Amino acid sequence: MVNVNNVSKTYQEVKVVDGVSVHIKKGKITSFIGSNGAGKSTLLSMVSRLIPKDEGSVLLDGEEITSYDNRELAKRLSVLKQSNNIKVRITVRELVSFGRFPYTQGKLKDEDKKLIDESIHYMNLEAFEDRFLDELSGGQKQRAYIAMVIAQDTDYILLDEPLNNLDMKHSKQIMKALRRMVDELGKTVVIVIHDINFASCYSDHIVALKDGKCVYEGTTEEMISNDVLREVYDMEFNVCKIDGNRICVFFT
Amino acid sequence: MKWLVAGFLLVFFSILSLFIGVSELSVMDIFSLSSEEKDVLVVSRIPRLISLLIAGMSMSIAGLIMQQLSQNKFVSPTTAGTMDAARLGILVGMLLFPAATMMQKMLVAFLFALAGTFVFMKILDKIRYRDAVFIPLVGLMFGNIVGSITTFLAYRYDLIQSVGTWLHGDFSMLIEGRYELLYISVPVVIIAYIFAHHFTIAGMGEDFASNLGLSYQKVVYLGLGLVALITASVVLTAGMLPFLGLIVPNIVTIYQGDHLRSSIWQTAILGALFVLVCDIVGRVIIYPYEISIGLTVGVLGSGIFLYLLLRRRSYGL
Ligand SMILES: Nc1ncnc2c1ncn2[C@@H]1O[C@H](COP(=O)(O)OP(=O)(O)OP(=O)(O)O)[C@@H](O)[C@H]1O
Ligand SMILES: [Mg+2]
Repeated sequence: MVNVNNVSKTYQEVKVVDGVSVHIKKGKITSFIGSNGAGKSTLLSMVSRLIPKDEGSVLLDGEEITSYDNRELAKRLSVLKQSNNIKVRITVRELVSFGRFPYTQGKLKDEDKKLIDESIHYMNLEAFEDRFLDELSGGQKQRAYIAMVIAQDTDYILLDEPLNNLDMKHSKQIMKALRRMVDELGKTVVIVIHDINFASCYSDHIVALKDGKCVYEGTTEEMISNDVLREVYDMEFNVCKIDGNRICVFFT
Repeated sequence: MKWLVAGFLLVFFSILSLFIGVSELSVMDIFSLSSEEKDVLVVSRIPRLISLLIAGMSMSIAGLIMQQLSQNKFVSPTTAGTMDAARLGILVGMLLFPAATMMQKMLVAFLFALAGTFVFMKILDKIRYRDAVFIPLVGLMFGNIVGSITTFLAYRYDLIQSVGTWLHGDFSMLIEGRYELLYISVPVVIIAYIFAHHFTIAGMGEDFASNLGLSYQKVVYLGLGLVALITASVVLTAGMLPFLGLIVPNIVTIYQGDHLRSSIWQTAILGALFVLVCDIVGRVIIYPYEISIGLTVGVLGSGIFLYLLLRRRSYGL
């Protein structure tokens, strides 16, 4: 369980995250939603200790996240940022192997290799595994990064817009994969996501940010409603029930 | 396969290097050397060969590490002021402790090289316009400023002659008893190999490294420390070898990619080969005189550097 208590971050005298408290439940998928600039990425980066917070605390299983030993934390929590423009020329397989780095410091054992193979297979990357990253399309690259996070095999997985650049087929595949990791392996997943219908169909819990504040928080059922979404995005939604899922119509 | 050929060439040129020089020494006589010929071999030719190999290897690896850590293909001991800072360090060492041993001089040179590289890295942090070509230019300017301080001090204290020796790399003076300092680079290169994964990951950025549990700052400090050690020992013994740490790693990574585990040995082989060939060229071109290797490496190196600059789009540098 991750307890986010009253965290804030100020950039140039603007509070871009303003006193946010969230409880991320173990064994669930939690989605952060909100408009561009709402503070989702900043919040996720503070939760995953990538940037320091100005106020508040983040407790991972009861202990402040920044007091963890780096390497120990890397075995429990992984994070993928929104944009990863990495200039280093390495192959997909080398990248995915880095997922095992916290455990092996570079010396791969057979079981590590097995996990790497599985992660590559999971993300449908067999055909590209020996290609350099800069020779891949945006979506293929994104899948390679996710494969690395899967190989890292942590209890907590934090992903900032994992569906970036992905086509519908692969978006669905990744959301299904995340769902399976939660249901079958007991992982805890936190994602920042813009596609509200993917959020609706796959998450257990939704946190809505607006202007740096947490404006609503609740189960998917509570959150995917005309009133809540209107408030969060300042636009009209029409939530319909299709095949047992709540689908938002807002295109016209 | 390519690297087998490179390895073979390395052996070939190494043997060739042993038998080129003013004192006649023929491969045929190898089993019937007179004591005089043996002396030439042991006192001069073999030390020279070893220094060439170590210097070429380690300077290239130093460049590889710097490029990885700065995420810029054009950063190297030449283009970041590291070499100039090391040279200034040697001069300051001579001024402050005229009776210093080689090891003490080494220490001062190391500290200066380290400080110089840090200053450059700090300048990098401050630069907003981070174009790939702009950065080495800033580094070259920084190096020149440090260089002019060295020259100024040298004039002031009448040491210009001694500084000149380090201005152009020169292996002809490296005889028994004067090259052994270079051996420092051997363990340094081994440490670089052990931490190859760390350097590669650090090259992917601080956030990426943190996610994998790597202490980014520590790895950067370690890398720059290794670079400063290598540069100081090479400048102190052989002198400046400009552009070596720039072109060799770039050529290797075009084919091999940036994972240090695989590129480091090839960089080592190619670096040694490059210096060896430059040295042989310098020794035969105006035989029986010699052109200093600083000049041959500089001319060849800056030519290749320009070529890489012009072709960088097609290599994605
Ligand atoms: N390093 C920074 N310096 C200054 N301002 C920043 C910095 N990072 C983010 N901001 C500002 O903080 C606010 C929140 O940014 P954040 O990246 O968290 O938004 P987001 O919710 O992830 O948006 P998006 O959906 O576009 O990814 C924005 O207004 C942004 O301009
Ligand atoms: Mg964002």
